[in-house]
Amino acid sequence: MSIDKTTVSKIASLARIKVTDQDLDYYAPQLQNILDWADQLQEVDTTGVEPLANVSEIALTLREDKVTDGNIQPAILKNAPESVEGFFVVTKIVE
Amino acid sequence: MSAIIKGETGDWEIVIGMEVHAQITAQSKLFSGAATDFGSAPNSQVSLVDAAMPGMLPVLNEYCVEQAVRTGLGLNAQVNLHSVFERKNYFYPDLPQGYQISQFLHPIIGKGIIEIDLPNGETKEIGITRLHMEQDAGKSIHDQHPTKSFVDLNRSGCALMEIVSEPDLRGPEEACAYLTKLRMILRYLETCDGNLEEGSMRADVNVSVRKPGDELGTRCEIKNVNSIKAVQMAIEYESVRQVELIENGGKVKQETRLWDNAKGETRSMRSKEEAHDYRYFPDPDLLPLIIEQSFVDQLKQTLPELPDQKKHRFMESYGLGIYDATVLIMERSRADYYEEAAQNRDPKITANWVINELLGGLNKDGKTLDESPVSAKQLGELVGLISDKTISGKIAKDVFAEMMASGKNPAAIVDEKGLKQVTDTGAIEKIVDEVIAENPDNVAAYKGGKDKLFGFFVGQVLKKSGGKANPDMVNELLKQKLDQ
Repeated sequence: MSIDKTTVSKIASLARIKVTDQDLDYYAPQLQNILDWADQLQEVDTTGVEPLANVSEIALTLREDKVTDGNIQPAILKNAPESVEGFFVVTKIVE
Repeated sequence: MSAIIKGETGDWEIVIGMEVHAQITAQSKLFSGAATDFGSAPNSQVSLVDAAMPGMLPVLNEYCVEQAVRTGLGLNAQVNLHSVFERKNYFYPDLPQGYQISQFLHPIIGKGIIEIDLPNGETKEIGITRLHMEQDAGKSIHDQHPTKSFVDLNRSGCALMEIVSEPDLRGPEEACAYLTKLRMILRYLETCDGNLEEGSMRADVNVSVRKPGDELGTRCEIKNVNSIKAVQMAIEYESVRQVELIENGGKVKQETRLWDNAKGETRSMRSKEEAHDYRYFPDPDLLPLIIEQSFVDQLKQTLPELPDQKKHRFMESYGLGIYDATVLIMERSRADYYEEAAQNRDPKITANWVINELLGGLNKDGKTLDESPVSAKQLGELVGLISDKTISGKIAKDVFAEMMASGKNPAAIVDEKGLKQVTDTGAIEKIVDEVIAENPDNVAAYKGGKDKLFGFFVGQVLKKSGGKANPDMVNELLKQKLDQ
């Protein structure tokens, strides 16, 4: 797969990152390099090899179904640029 | 409306698949220890994990895993011992993480099957494609301010099961039957409370149309369909829209459409188009979920009797018809009530009383079964009084009305009001003689061939006895006397 400016621009907008036209030229080859490397890895024959999730063989940690958190409304809203009566307030978003 | 639309160019078949989001019944959230109660103060049930503060890590709720497996078993589905949480990336103010943790390539539950009950009494098997666990988003409120939206993250991170059906449903009736049955199964399993109003169960409906026998047509996904009635209306609207579009030379575009309940129409959600590039990838904060077969087997053993099993058992062991059985199993608590009331009683008479008198009466009073003034044991006693002929069915209705009002035991009411059925031949004969003496004209007419008047005499005797005379004996004595 080849990465051109249009692709970089699309990825940037999906990630909500503002990238100038000049920077698109800068990022495109970098991303291309990463993909080329991945392509190179694809050359290894992995038939019958299970994907490796981690190397230390630890299992996923689970917790009991108990209420141990929450009730910290002031802390949750502390960094909000705007809040009213316990709600976050944002620019209107409606279809 | 049936599954077929009669278009200008011939018949069109409606093909439907459903995606149902069901909130898992649990005390705490899928990946955090915050509470899940509905209707709490805004942002009071939010942990730093749910608010996506930097450095916070998700830890999976083991009970939610149990609930998902239990549901999978209830849907006769394959349980995958290995499943993976992935990140579904998109931006929205009620999704602070910027991604939803969901399962994509490796869901916990695979293919399954459920049986739906159609209005004509037939059943149909509907395939389940998959069930996966995911986080719910927060809630945005748009109507409090002209230029701002308010965001409450209490729901953010609550555990959901997304249950996807195969496109096996034809027409709005089948879609409604599917949703009804799915809700019933979830409520029996106690894995979701199925509350459509509070949003703990939500449906997205995929609708397409085709000429019978053709390949599947292009589908539209309809969101915001929040009641069984709305599912029906949305499908009716959308399928007609698609047929008209195609017949006028247009093409259905695969897109997400919003159901507007007030206007009764679906409309395109254009802004969502690009957002469909979700860039899923395995969540690096979570290892794959591995469960043991023994864990699945153990859950299988504790599974309650499911609606269809119960329905068939009611029909076989109590001799009930399909209608009565279907009504009684609609809710687990209702079925339990019936079984308690029917213990050592006539099962059919009990079924009649539960369905017609009790449920009818509660409905009229705006009460739920939990709030019933009449306990199952008391209703059983009343049926017992009818069966052993202590009271007639007619008097029983009065006794029942009194029970609904006061919650008293039926035997006490019968004693207090002296409602015991009169089975003394002499006493009934006396009333019969009186009625005959008081109505010479009618007696003559009856003897002259107006057979229908027999009912009049029965009515008169019962009325005179205050409804207490045993109707069988009244019939017999009247016959003897009038046909002399």
